[in-house]
Amino acid sequence: MTDTTANGGPVLTTQDGTPLKVSLARALRREKMRSLVLIAPLLIFILVSFLLPIADMLFRSVENRIVADTLPKTVAALSAWNASSGELPDENVYAALHDDLLIAVDEKSHTRLGSRLNYELSGMSSLFRKTGRRVDRMDEGNYKEQFIKVDKDWGKVETWLFLKRYSPKYTPGYFLNAVDAEYGIEGIKMKPEDERIYLYLFWRTMFLSMVITGSCLLLGYPIAFLLANLPLRYSNLLMILVLLPFWTSLLVRTSAWKVLLQQQGVINDTLVWLGLVSNTDRIVMINNQTGTIIAMTHILLPFMILPLYSVMRTISPSYMRAARSLGATDWTAFWRVYFPQTIPGIGAGAILVFILSIGYYITPELVGGTDGIFISNRIAYHISSSLNWGLAAALGVILLSLVLLLFYVYDKIVGIDNVKLG
Amino acid sequence: MSEKDIIVSFSEVQKSYDGVSLVVKNLNLDIQRGEFLTMLGPSGSGKTTCLMMLAGFESATHGEIYLNGRPINNVPPHKRGIGMVFQNYALFPHMTVAENLAFPLQVRKMSKAEQEQKVKRALEMVELGAFGNRRPAQLSGGQQQRVAVARALVFEPELVLMDEPLGALDKQLREQMQFEIKHIHENLGVSVVYVTHDQSEALTMSDRIAVFNDGIIQQLSGPDDLYEDPQNSFVAQFIGENNKLEGKVTHVNGSLCDVELDDGTRLKADKVNVNAVGDRTTLSLRPERIEFEPQGLENIVKGKVEELIYLGDHIRVRMDVAGNREFVVKVRNRGQKRDLAVGQMVDIGWAADDCKALDFVQ
Ligand SMILES: Nc1ncnc2c1ncn2[C@@H]1O[C@H](COP(=O)(O)OP(=O)(O)OP(=O)(O)O)[C@@H](O)[C@H]1O
Ligand SMILES: [Mg+2]
Repeated sequence: MTDTTANGGPVLTTQDGTPLKVSLARALRREKMRSLVLIAPLLIFILVSFLLPIADMLFRSVENRIVADTLPKTVAALSAWNASSGELPDENVYAALHDDLLIAVDEKSHTRLGSRLNYELSGMSSLFRKTGRRVDRMDEGNYKEQFIKVDKDWGKVETWLFLKRYSPKYTPGYFLNAVDAEYGIEGIKMKPEDERIYLYLFWRTMFLSMVITGSCLLLGYPIAFLLANLPLRYSNLLMILVLLPFWTSLLVRTSAWKVLLQQQGVINDTLVWLGLVSNTDRIVMINNQTGTIIAMTHILLPFMILPLYSVMRTISPSYMRAARSLGATDWTAFWRVYFPQTIPGIGAGAILVFILSIGYYITPELVGGTDGIFISNRIAYHISSSLNWGLAAALGVILLSLVLLLFYVYDKIVGIDNVKLG
Repeated sequence: MSEKDIIVSFSEVQKSYDGVSLVVKNLNLDIQRGEFLTMLGPSGSGKTTCLMMLAGFESATHGEIYLNGRPINNVPPHKRGIGMVFQNYALFPHMTVAENLAFPLQVRKMSKAEQEQKVKRALEMVELGAFGNRRPAQLSGGQQQRVAVARALVFEPELVLMDEPLGALDKQLREQMQFEIKHIHENLGVSVVYVTHDQSEALTMSDRIAVFNDGIIQQLSGPDDLYEDPQNSFVAQFIGENNKLEGKVTHVNGSLCDVELDDGTRLKADKVNVNAVGDRTTLSLRPERIEFEPQGLENIVKGKVEELIYLGDHIRVRMDVAGNREFVVKVRNRGQKRDLAVGQMVDIGWAADDCKALDFVQ
């Protein structure tokens, strides 16, 4: 090699003079195209059926077009109003509201707007409903008076402040709600103590998930160890037993726990029969946190065992032997030599179980009662019962960010490339 | 040899894993203090099993193993104080080289200062003084090997076991490490039990070699005896190159005997492992002991040259002798041109002492 081709010299070229990098990239492009074509169907499917809906859903956590869409003229007129003056808006605004509501009532969209605004300030739903019923009977001119006659809320500055606050197309309202704060008349503040639920629910979700992860680890580690060290014949059988739950429906397994754990259930009956528990104070093991922890530990256990097993299987028994020949007792050999080598497996299993459980829905719903439910149950409630999709989306975004944050922290501490899943 | 000179003694040891077949059959073996003893044998002959029983990772099915005169069948591995080097080194991957070496000292609760000093000395012994802070994965195979040796020695055991420690290295490195291990053994005076299935390794390193086959020690002797005086056909065949001729004993005369080969050729041989006239026997003959100018030798036969292979310092001549077409003669290359040609019939000969009459195996 000559000096010119060393660092800082001219770039290497192929025989025909194209730079080496360019022709390499060209050669690789075909391969890349081919792999792209191979994954394209799945990619498109996921994009259309999964990613786009999710993006749309998440977008709802800040989206607030309904006010501007339903009351376009009012919103425009309100922008000229000086909110800090402490005076009611002038006649223009009321006239605009009249115009807007006439159309809205026609399209029946005023009730939707009412319920949307009711999330933020109670009383808004009935205000719009009531006003909607009267608006087409109003006379031309002097709308301000007529609106105030319909409902004296229209004569309050607070109502208009509120409308102005929620007239932009995007709002932080849902997110504030999701962390137990509100964007009230006086600005952002925490809700009164007795109305706070989400922060506590987030905390409980994290805490229960940690407990579940911990118990999965405690129960799963010995099993994985056994699996990895048993002769193939037995370990295959054991492996089938570990995988068995995967072949049974989640609902069935959760229901089975109901049968086992309830107060008239198998476990309580047995304890009573054995005389360990008196018939009058049977243990409450279901519809509370205990139920959630037991059932979810059972359901998520394989996700702990499998990564642990796959790591343990690669640890040669000669390490333990070496440690013992060097003078270590069984326990020291395990703790100083074997255990540290299983940490990547513990990391993988723990993160898998934790992330799965933090977003779990079915099982807490069925066996969690009121104090054993997770944030996801609340999200589901807002999606399907209260229809407050914006709040559901905000809660979802927070949950997602939490998981990503945990991933990041985990990566900083353990290192994601230390994780072995198989 | 007094009792005190024996560090390890196997007494009628048998081992079965499955309760059906014996992997080690009635092993009796005394290992002397300071000795380099090699267990040599083909794959599956039970060498590792013997080592594992000695280290305490397998229990003997029958018999007793003594260490310094004390029975150790019920002593757990960590209390035996035996150093061990594993075939795949078994260096702890999550510890640095220095931590690996300090491990046996830590579990012995030595002071930090003492640990450091011993680790340093051990690293210097294997010429890896600058590598203490590396992880095993950052070392070459040969360096890992040396760390494994240093770790097995750092707590100053009287006895070190090595199970094919050089198996994973290439030829050149293996030869260098053979030399180094041998050197360490001589300097420290530690007893070494070494397992290999590489006979040249065994011959170069050992004080004594126990040749294993099928769970039995076939022969236990020094390297030269093993080569010069094999006690049975397995050993003759396993150690070095060997020509086999089969026949029947026709006459016994003191330490010599007459043998008639299957094609009628009559030969004189050293009577090693045959009992009586009429026994079938395998004659064993080293290729370099055969002469092309056989004047005055006890055995002279005719052979046909089948193939000549030029190997620089010597020439291998493959011949057809008494019906054995794989008969090999090694001729030293003395410079003058040999007038051997393929297809030629020539006289070859050897001394009766160089021709061992051994047991007959099918
Ligand atoms: N843990 C075990 N369970 C059952 N059989 C075993 C076990 N370990 C070894 N064996 C059997 O015992 C016999 C002797 O094995 P061993 O490992 O002692 O042979 P070796 O001489 O060390 O061979 P190699 O040179 O291949 O290492 C073999 O037939 C082997 O299949
Ligand atoms: Mg072996």
